[in-house]
Amino acid sequence: MKLTLKIWRQKSKNDKGKFVEYILDGVDGDMSFLEMLDFLNEKLINEGKEPVAFDHDCREGICGMCSLFINGQAHGPDKLTTTCQLHMRRFKDGDTIVIEPWRAEPFPVIKDLVVDRSAFDRIQQAGGYISVNTSGRTVDANTIPIPKKDADRAFDSATCIGCGACVATCKNASAMLFVAGRIGHLARLPQGRIEAADRVQKMVAAMDAEGFGSCTNTGACEVACPKGISLADIALLNREFIKAHL
Amino acid sequence: MLDINIKEGTPLKARIPEGHLSEKWTRFKDKIRLVSPANKRKLDVIVVGTGLAGASAAASLAELGYNVKAFAFQDSPRRAHSIAAQGGINASKNYQNDGDSDWRLFYDTIKGGDYRAREANVYRLAEVSGNIIDQAVMQGVPFAREYGGLLDNRSFGGVLVSRTFYAKGQTGQQLLLGAYGALNRQIARGKVQMYNRHVMLDLVVIDGHARGIITRNLVTGEIERHSAHAVVLATGGYSNVYFLSTNAMGSNATADWRAHRKGAYFANPSFVQIHPTCIPRSSDHQSKLTLMSESLRNDGRVWVPKKLEDVHAIREGKKKPTDIPEEDRDYFLERRYPAFGNLVPRDVASRAIKERCDAGYGVNKTGEAVFLDFASAIERYGTEQANLQGIHNPTPEIIRELGKKVIEAKYGNLFQMYEKITAQNPYETPMMIYPANHYTMGGLWVDYDLRSNLPGLFVIGEANFSDHGANRLGASALMQGLADGYFILPYTIGDYLADYIREGKVPTDTPEFDEAEEMVRKEIDFFINNNGKHSVDYFHKKLGKIMWDKVGMARNAKGLTEAIEEIRELRSRYWKEVKVPGTDKEYNPELEKAIYVGDFFELGELMALDALHRNESCGGHFREEYQTEEGEALRDDEHYAYVAAWEYPARAYERYEKPVFTSESILHKEPLIFEFVTPTTRSYK
Amino acid sequence: MLKTSVAKKITMALSGLFLVVFILVHLGINLTLLLPGKETFEKAVHFMATNPFIRIMEPILFIAFIYHIIMGIYLELTNRSKRSVGYAKYDGSAVASWASRNMIWTGLFVLLFLIFHFYNYYIPFKTGHVESHYDLVTGLFDKWYYTLFYVLAFIALGIHLSHGFQSAFQSLGVPREKCLRFLKISGNIIALVVGLGFSIIAIYFYFN
Repeated sequence: MKLTLKIWRQKSKNDKGKFVEYILDGVDGDMSFLEMLDFLNEKLINEGKEPVAFDHDCREGICGMCSLFINGQAHGPDKLTTTCQLHMRRFKDGDTIVIEPWRAEPFPVIKDLVVDRSAFDRIQQAGGYISVNTSGRTVDANTIPIPKKDADRAFDSATCIGCGACVATCKNASAMLFVAGRIGHLARLPQGRIEAADRVQKMVAAMDAEGFGSCTNTGACEVACPKGISLADIALLNREFIKAHL
Repeated sequence: MLDINIKEGTPLKARIPEGHLSEKWTRFKDKIRLVSPANKRKLDVIVVGTGLAGASAAASLAELGYNVKAFAFQDSPRRAHSIAAQGGINASKNYQNDGDSDWRLFYDTIKGGDYRAREANVYRLAEVSGNIIDQAVMQGVPFAREYGGLLDNRSFGGVLVSRTFYAKGQTGQQLLLGAYGALNRQIARGKVQMYNRHVMLDLVVIDGHARGIITRNLVTGEIERHSAHAVVLATGGYSNVYFLSTNAMGSNATADWRAHRKGAYFANPSFVQIHPTCIPRSSDHQSKLTLMSESLRNDGRVWVPKKLEDVHAIREGKKKPTDIPEEDRDYFLERRYPAFGNLVPRDVASRAIKERCDAGYGVNKTGEAVFLDFASAIERYGTEQANLQGIHNPTPEIIRELGKKVIEAKYGNLFQMYEKITAQNPYETPMMIYPANHYTMGGLWVDYDLRSNLPGLFVIGEANFSDHGANRLGASALMQGLADGYFILPYTIGDYLADYIREGKVPTDTPEFDEAEEMVRKEIDFFINNNGKHSVDYFHKKLGKIMWDKVGMARNAKGLTEAIEEIRELRSRYWKEVKVPGTDKEYNPELEKAIYVGDFFELGELMALDALHRNESCGGHFREEYQTEEGEALRDDEHYAYVAAWEYPARAYERYEKPVFTSESILHKEPLIFEFVTPTTRSYK
Repeated sequence: MLKTSVAKKITMALSGLFLVVFILVHLGINLTLLLPGKETFEKAVHFMATNPFIRIMEPILFIAFIYHIIMGIYLELTNRSKRSVGYAKYDGSAVASWASRNMIWTGLFVLLFLIFHFYNYYIPFKTGHVESHYDLVTGLFDKWYYTLFYVLAFIALGIHLSHGFQSAFQSLGVPREKCLRFLKISGNIIALVVGLGFSIIAIYFYFN
């Protein structure tokens, strides 16, 4: 198929940036979206032009490196899908596709479609862990029985890949779902309860300090999340936050 | 034809402690020198890579008190490719009371590796495996549980017990996030300085000791010097030599290879694992292959039609796989290996699949696919559920629905992933799978201390060669990475560092750093200014094809010799014709690729040499000349029971002056002595 | 505690829910307009003007109003500043309801109505002597444009509540797994009752 691509090009953080239009012929339905961009880049390189920079790594939907705002939606039109898992059979011959980087003040553009998401790491560093040493000399794993449904629920929250789609799609550029994923994972486990009060306060403070917007419960994040992290985790975060102050 | 003469160097010693297998590690720990907490504060350690091995090592070393600098090429340590590991992690907990023990885990691993691994290392791995689970659970890793609240297990290939702990099909992710949490805790304490989007481009060796690295900041292009008292490489494997593999796009061998050029030996480079269950390739534009976890073989049955006419009908779309009656299906793994059935080790399964496809029974258009079928598992689970729920005389539809739910709970994300890629629903029609490059057992040579032959250089996780011999068992990579990082390296590195408590900071303004930095700059300038005509990928794909065709699942002397010649030729073209757009002072992914593909040529040639010199078949290394009448691998313990560690055949920077042929590398043998097990012919029948 | 974004939204939720209670009481009183005769309404107004509890609540209500408005505008403005370069293409409807995305506009429209409401009713009521509250209120609906404005304002409020009600409970951490359905349904009922209730009164008096 033949596509018109409108891609955001920006040389560096301080460059102003603009959209550039490319016509790409010969796109195959079995290509993933990123393979389509590889194909475009190969063509650009052969024409002596600068290829488009975009983040990607595992290409199987788990590393969270790929991003892209595709036709107005984070990771494109498919639900529960990262950009690397989106396939071109989702598009039609003659389509125009607008490709933009994540937009949020805490995610400055590094180049073209690549943004800096280190703010997420700093939020995790503020307390997104259980403070046990790494000696391995803890108790035997089976001395802490955990109800299956709690463990499964914690797992669901823990599947966050830190891609940033929640921030990108939120009209407020809020990182609540990202933070809530970690809170939701650890607060549901007995091991995580010990530091729960401290954790939620520190992570929320770090989230604010990074300059993310505030949550207005639109629920856009939940829809855009490729891993289906639930808004229920945000409710849990709020609950934990209130508990921590009571 | 090319004439290969192998020069042999001095044999290597692994410095294995004395005593019975089960006492070695304890004895070792009792005897090593310790560094006092006050002195640890004076010692710096560099850790390159933040996967399971790197993140756990960096966190543990910082926790002990060392000053750690950690490096990742990704934008966050959490994205290292360990995250993609699906199926699980082994541990000899024997929670299922099915006869598991440290010895059995050790024995299965040694046997699974086709007796090409070191006994003492593997036993130690089994010994600490239980602690990994304890540690991970305390960190909040949400492993799957049974209704009683205790941990659940499943089976993996090559074993007869259930010892694999898992978190759906995302075990690697959950374990990595645990290690990432531990790392974050140390970053917050200021004990780890984290450098994201940094790639290591050289190892700095001072007076024969590894004392620093040169890195490039991928965002700004800045070349930086970092010094330390020890350098730890945890940089993963090199399957991307094949272009198409299950590795992440950024996975590369450059850090290991630069260390190799500086004198570290590269062991068993040809031991590559071809994973049997991957989604078959579909087009020329394909950038990577996607693994379908081995855990699927717990419930999936591998088959092809018995009749060639059925094969053709399926290929042409005239018949659906579900149309083939049971009696016309060849469940060839169950047929050939009745004891282990679909759960034979990966190398065995991959070869069996290749054998059927080579015989013309491949079921997709390219003829390179077999079925992995869940229909009988769905029926089995459905019946069980119907009984549990008290449904009497359930209809086949109800059974199917109930069975599907069980399968979904077990493998939901894998099925979804499969459907996204292939646009086929694996609940309704069997999956199609084919082997693909996955894991590399080979890597930098290390002794029992995980120390390379270069003092001060430690190598952990997939980057070293140590524990898996010629074939790795499923769910053992996560185990090894975490064992190395959490529980082994933190002890062994102290024994080395104890000598340097008086040394003070290692300066970076020395001639060794100057030279290393100059060479890195020279290389980058070359790529930026080389006015070539083809992209890096153009060459990488060609290299990958040579490697897959001739240094892949089945190898022979003729093909390997040809491969060496072809790689040499392609490489000389690469250095003349490669084109790298952009500048070195910006974010430039093409430049990164150019650097690591440059190293893949030398590594690829060495892999071919290693495969050519090893005149036997073992594990993932299958030489067509050496097989039994039934097509099984034929080992030669008399001549090849050793680790082949290769020394770079030139000075570190010589290749900037003239081409260096790694097929002229010098062979150092580390004899493998089996004191506690007797190597036998591996049988899964 | 009020420094964090989460605390701010909790106070938005609390003030909002308080205003919901007020609006339901207000609706209850207004609905007496529809009863035959003017007396019931006059009595209700008198009760509101003299009951000590209501007198105590009035300033609190004012504070809640002002807080909700100012904080709402403040949050909107800060949130807008979090994305200085906007998207060229943003498909908001694919991910969130119109109501949730436009709280500021429905809110501001209600505020505009509130200003008129003060000018037309509350100030005369507080400053001068009102002969008949019933006549004052129903007299306003003589003009079609006022009636239309009034109806639109309450539709806006209804939309505001359709998101706001359940959102407030979400902010207060009510377990979503268990209560979401109930909150969504009750939120929509309240939105409908408030929107329709006030509108019906206006339309009734416009035509009568």
